[in-house]
Amino acid sequence: MDDLLSEFLTETSESLDVVDMELVKFEQEPNNAGILDNIFRLVHTIKGTCGFLGLPRLEALAHAAETLMGNYRDGAPVTQDGVSLILRSIDRIKEIMGDLEDTGAEPAGSDEDLIAQLDAISAGEAAPAEQAAPDAEAPAESAAAPLQTSDDVAPPEPKAGEASLDELEAAFAAAPAPEGMDISPEAAAAAAAAAVGGDADAAAPEPDSAPEPEAVPEPAAAPQEAKARSKDGPVKNQSIRVNVETLEQLMTMVSELVLTRNQLLEMVRRLDDSEFKVPLQRLSTVTAELQDGVMKTRMQPIGNAWQKLPRIVRDLAQEVDKKIDLQMHGADTELDRQVLDLIKDPLTHMVRNSADHGLESTENRLKAGKPEVGVIKLSAYHEGGHIIVEIADDGAGLNTERVTAKILENGLATQAEIEQMTENQIHRFIFKAGFSTAVKVTSVSGRGVGMDVVRTNIELIGGGVDVKSETGVGSTFIIKIPLTLAIVSALIVESCQQRFAIPQLAVVELVRTHQNADHRIEMINDTPVLRLRSRLLPLIKLSKLLDLQMPEDALPQTAEADEAPAGEEVAAEAETSVADAAPEEVQQAGAPVAVASEAAGDPEQAPVAEMDQENLFVVVIQVGAQQFGIVVDSVFDTEEIVVKPMSNLLRDISLFSGNTILGDGSVIMIIDPNGIAQSVAQVETGTADAEQPKDEAQFESSEDSTAMLLFRAASQDPKAVPLSLVTRLEEIDVAEIERANGCDLVQYRGVLMPLIHVGEEAQRKTEGLQPVLVFSDQKRSMGLVVDEIVDIVEDKLNIEIKADAPGMIGSAVIKGKATEVIDIGYYIEQAFDDWLEQREEGPVAGDTRLLLVDDSAFFRNMLAPMLSACGYSVTLAESGKQALELRDRGAQFDIIVSDIEMPEMDGIAFAETVRSDPTWRNIPIIALSSHTAPHIIERSHQAGFVDFVGKFDREGLMESIKDCSKQLGAAA
Amino acid sequence: MSDQVSLEQGADQSTQEYITVIIADQLFGLPILEVQDVFMPAAVTEVPLAKRDIAGVLNLRGRIVTAIDMRKRLGLPPLEEGGRCMAVGIESNGESYGLIIDSVGEVHRVSQETFEVNPANLDPRWAAISAGVHRLDGSLMVIIDVDRVLAQDENNIAA
Repeated sequence: MDDLLSEFLTETSESLDVVDMELVKFEQEPNNAGILDNIFRLVHTIKGTCGFLGLPRLEALAHAAETLMGNYRDGAPVTQDGVSLILRSIDRIKEIMGDLEDTGAEPAGSDEDLIAQLDAISAGEAAPAEQAAPDAEAPAESAAAPLQTSDDVAPPEPKAGEASLDELEAAFAAAPAPEGMDISPEAAAAAAAAAVGGDADAAAPEPDSAPEPEAVPEPAAAPQEAKARSKDGPVKNQSIRVNVETLEQLMTMVSELVLTRNQLLEMVRRLDDSEFKVPLQRLSTVTAELQDGVMKTRMQPIGNAWQKLPRIVRDLAQEVDKKIDLQMHGADTELDRQVLDLIKDPLTHMVRNSADHGLESTENRLKAGKPEVGVIKLSAYHEGGHIIVEIADDGAGLNTERVTAKILENGLATQAEIEQMTENQIHRFIFKAGFSTAVKVTSVSGRGVGMDVVRTNIELIGGGVDVKSETGVGSTFIIKIPLTLAIVSALIVESCQQRFAIPQLAVVELVRTHQNADHRIEMINDTPVLRLRSRLLPLIKLSKLLDLQMPEDALPQTAEADEAPAGEEVAAEAETSVADAAPEEVQQAGAPVAVASEAAGDPEQAPVAEMDQENLFVVVIQVGAQQFGIVVDSVFDTEEIVVKPMSNLLRDISLFSGNTILGDGSVIMIIDPNGIAQSVAQVETGTADAEQPKDEAQFESSEDSTAMLLFRAASQDPKAVPLSLVTRLEEIDVAEIERANGCDLVQYRGVLMPLIHVGEEAQRKTEGLQPVLVFSDQKRSMGLVVDEIVDIVEDKLNIEIKADAPGMIGSAVIKGKATEVIDIGYYIEQAFDDWLEQREEGPVAGDTRLLLVDDSAFFRNMLAPMLSACGYSVTLAESGKQALELRDRGAQFDIIVSDIEMPEMDGIAFAETVRSDPTWRNIPIIALSSHTAPHIIERSHQAGFVDFVGKFDREGLMESIKDCSKQLGAAA
Repeated sequence: MSDQVSLEQGADQSTQEYITVIIADQLFGLPILEVQDVFMPAAVTEVPLAKRDIAGVLNLRGRIVTAIDMRKRLGLPPLEEGGRCMAVGIESNGESYGLIIDSVGEVHRVSQETFEVNPANLDPRWAAISAGVHRLDGSLMVIIDVDRVLAQDENNIAA
């Protein structure tokens, strides 16, 4: 393709975007001649250029559209049909241009259909137009005059960089362009622009545009035009088009320059009275300015990303038959073009969403007593290094009930969890994958790929998205995006002698803490917090978060550090504190070891007292509306760093967003405040203000969380048991405990309930009330005696270390602490020796092969030993897929027990797959589910499950398996 | 005799050049085309929470290199205190990696005829990264498959 053509394509597609937007505006304000002139000019330009380049199809179409618009300009009444037709013509032009771009030639075909319609409307309206326009005394030339001159007028949405096109063009157009001159690309543009003006108008005297204000009720455009012209005259060509790649490269070079400067500064800092100091200072300033300058070249107004929206909303409004007013504020807010590109699509999607299902139908609006026209308000503004974009509609707001139903349907949370959530928290589920509440799928939205993609895209560039919604009033989506991605200013901190960078944007303030200072770290149940201006700030130790280990050789240095000169106070203190912290750090860093010893029942000494004896720094971080403090050993200065992506092998560490090379040449990791916020949220469950919109990351954690009852017994270590297994919590007066047959008993609800102690019996109380967890198994109850009930938490349950000790399933991290998860089955057996015997009555248990499919490690770990204990030979599979792999490898089973709620392939799909293949077709499958809603049971039966058992119904499961194996025995 | 003949004849097709490296006295070979450079790893920054065999990240002439400790990868004991080690720089998908090994030997051209697949009884951690073995005079050279070293899921075996 020759340069000329590609130039034409770039220009024209930009012009067309503007036309799109202008037309929609025009439809709303048919009397605004300024808008019309602008459209007319653009279409005319296209027509002219097409003729020049020999593109007859485009030319004919543009001509027909131009004629119609000419009529409008002459005063013909503007109809929606007419505008729609012009928009359709523009779409056709775009299509043709697409082909042109691909093939370099106009595609074959005819546009007679559109041209005929355009002509028909033109003809129909031309006559009345002449009558209806008594003020159209302005001759054709005057009408055409603004045509050419308006080349100077910046389009209503000012575009830095891109506006240069028009100006350039205008500059060329201003010079008389002799026809038939040599066609270099630039000259071509000039020639094209000249052609646009039409030969006749080229000489049109400028003041000719003056009559226009008289003809127009809203003269706003004219003065603007005049001003633009007078101003632009001699200084038109002040901007030039630059290839994006060139800019990118420039940016990279500047980034490297910044790094090198930092390196130099670092070196000179170490030398006293170096002669380099002054020139380096200058270099430093210049570099900073250069960096600023280059950054500016990359800045573009956010309006560029909005250009297409009015058209989209207009078309959508017609399609769904709504009246929509799209208001845009702050279109000139500038941001990095890389960021701009990345948010374009999410923005479009969200505006579509608002138009499609944010706003109610006209009918419903009237019913609700709202104005007929729905408003979508798009606004952008700066806020502390970020850009906030809000998309607000005055529609019905999110339907909480429907969202809730959908959450339950998709198994994203349980009913109990939902009941504890605020409306806002529930609403945020719309950002989850595969979540679409649209009842019907329209051509625009409701296809189930929606807000989650938006969220992912925005998070990719380090932004965040949130939603606020009020029923009946409307909903607002708030997007927060960083200004730029390339260079960030970061705070360098140190923990355990390792340095890390924290992006300055997230840092609110730094607080120095000391035992005797105002700001002192306090502990609540081993959780550090800080009193900060009458608020309690949750703290997290970086060393703990990152599992850092103090280098051993650091310990002996303590003494010297204490006597460091005052001038280096911070550094010295840092070292002291590091040393002080050492014993604790080692202990924490050795977490896996600690967990192991806990599992063996060896109590770990909680490091409660140590923390407040140190000089530490708290970096207060703000992520979304969530504030927390990161505790570090020391803080260095801030550095401008160039974020470099981590290699593939490290990418799965969510706490880092990248790495960078510091001034001294060393590589350090950049901490991702979002990632930390997630971990904090997991640790911090329940302490944050419920009304505060938390980062949605927190809800990720509730995805497959289990409610756990935390208690202490036998040792200081927290222990946990799934809350759903516990029937009741009781406090029993120690005096009521009786002893018989070597066993503690208590009369409880008319029967004798055995009391079992966790671990050794040494800590038995002699008086007062004894907390007891009551477990009921069928008709019988058993009490587990504990020292103290600590808490109920919702957390992801992930058994990390299996325990060998009897009575323990293993250790899991709950609330950020290693916690032993106890095996209730073991204690029930202790209480009732015959518990097992009862079950083993079932025949052929010994050689029954059982396949247990469950995605939850907890259930696999809980059920497998129990089933094995009953004599079944148990095979475990984590997913339906894994189970099917077993099948394909030829494994055979007698009974399959499968969870219903599983990711990827759920139990229903699994059962259907099993049933559809002869290999396993006849194996009975038992469904396990925490939802026992009738329709789910119904569906599972249809899918081929022989029985349906509640997830915690141990008894039921045993019965069901027994039944199945009996039937097997009978059949055999 | 016949070996020699084939060596000379098929210098282009059936022979390949390897850079030999030593890890815990064992000879390994890296396809020469995969190796970008050889350097002394210095100022390695540990990456918390990374997999065990990731030694850390370092700055190699302005590039950030992710260093993989091959001893850990292969389940071998760490080099003794003060022992010197070397690193072989490789590139994958535009990312730079460094394999930390004990020392670098020479460039070795070997014939395809001496190639054997991994012995069945090879330690799974070794088998996971080895593309096969060459029978050399007096020693065996284990061929390191760079792609497999850098593959994500294989790491679990080493950890």
